[in-house]
Amino acid sequence: MSNAQLVSTKVNGDVVEFACPTDEALLDSLRDRVGLTGVKEGCGTGDCGACSITLDGELVCACLVLGVEANGREIGTVEGLSEDGQLHPLQQSFIDHAALQCGICTPGFLVAAKALLDRNPDPTETEIRYALAGNLCRCTGYDKIVRAVQATAKDLRKQSKKAGSKRK
Amino acid sequence: MRYESPVTTRDAVGLLAKEKGAAYVLAGGTDLLVRLKMGSVEPALVVDIKRIPDMTAIKATKAAFRIGAGVSGAQIGRDKALRKAWPGLVEAAQLIGSDQVQGRCTISGNLCNASPAADSVPAMVAAKAKAVIAGKGGRRKLPVEDVILGPGRTSLKQGELIEAIEVPRPKPRTGDAYLRFTPRTEMDIAVVGVGISLTLERGKVKAARVCLGAVAPTPVLVPAAAKALVGSKLEAPALAAMGAACSAACNPIDDKRGTAAYRIRVASVLAQRAAKIAFERAGGKL
Repeated sequence: MSNAQLVSTKVNGDVVEFACPTDEALLDSLRDRVGLTGVKEGCGTGDCGACSITLDGELVCACLVLGVEANGREIGTVEGLSEDGQLHPLQQSFIDHAALQCGICTPGFLVAAKALLDRNPDPTETEIRYALAGNLCRCTGYDKIVRAVQATAKDLRKQSKKAGSKRK
Repeated sequence: MRYESPVTTRDAVGLLAKEKGAAYVLAGGTDLLVRLKMGSVEPALVVDIKRIPDMTAIKATKAAFRIGAGVSGAQIGRDKALRKAWPGLVEAAQLIGSDQVQGRCTISGNLCNASPAADSVPAMVAAKAKAVIAGKGGRRKLPVEDVILGPGRTSLKQGELIEAIEVPRPKPRTGDAYLRFTPRTEMDIAVVGVGISLTLERGKVKAARVCLGAVAPTPVLVPAAAKALVGSKLEAPALAAMGAACSAACNPIDDKRGTAAYRIRVASVLAQRAAKIAFERAGGKL
């Protein structure tokens, strides 16, 4: 038996409070207590990346974090990617490239791919493959996923170039 | 399970010392949470050290880099000064797991987990790193190679924890490298790992440290391998002698990643490759 603890945290910008047993993984807290089922459980041991989230901006597996550790931290999940009902360019690109089949791995891939593009807007194919090595997909064979990320990176670079020239 | 997240080392040590049941330190959690889930550990107390400011920062002094026990692999990778000083150590730390694991995993945790195949440990040993250990009686510093006693066993006493890893500033004309051999390029565990640091004088090796991983119950510092390089410019006979010394120091097991015989052979090859990288990083001309 584990004693429960109250956790106050921010998820996708919203203040969220929940109580959870001290030995519960953040993955379970997010799914079962906060209702964010976009965070998927594949392996539960940090090998598959299906539960990828950001914790204070750092990409992590939610299964390797205790729920109680989230107290006072900021969490980002796949549910926070879209804005005003508009899919994030990565999400649209995954659809356009048919970069998913069963979909279980997709939220993790999206969160990890976004973390990559945030820090490296112009990754090579090799860099993309390395950055997504912690995300397992048993359906697509990865090529479509890599292409979807490449296309998004290109689009986002074009957009930011446009925005930059407008500012001038 | 009681969960505590103290904000000072003193409080963390106090909590660990007072606990009568099984107590565990939570740094990155990439090993501990897996073991919790498997049920192979049942802690009465978990002490999360990541709220201790001292333990979540890399501090550079004139003499050393002090890498707090809660510093993640990702943080280490972003530290330009550390990467410039000890590129091999940083590469070793960054080889551990995926980007997701890098967001959490720590080199102090890698050391305390005491796996024979820990990637960062041979690199730390090559760089002459020390573990800063805090306990009820105060602090002590222990060379990293003296921390691991066997698979999963360390020389830390009950109530002690690693507060930081202290890596000295490299001497002039020093280079280091870490290479590991794995069946996959990512997300795998070393069949053999080699950490090497070399210091040159007039283009020749003046001092060396060679440490092997995954070929014995503990990482192995191999003075005979270092000695084979001293005085050389990494000419073929010196490299061959170093490789032979590495093979001779192996005491491996057969497992699904490789046979003992294979590991012994790969240790020599990998050590020679790592030595060349370290030599060039030290400014040597091959």
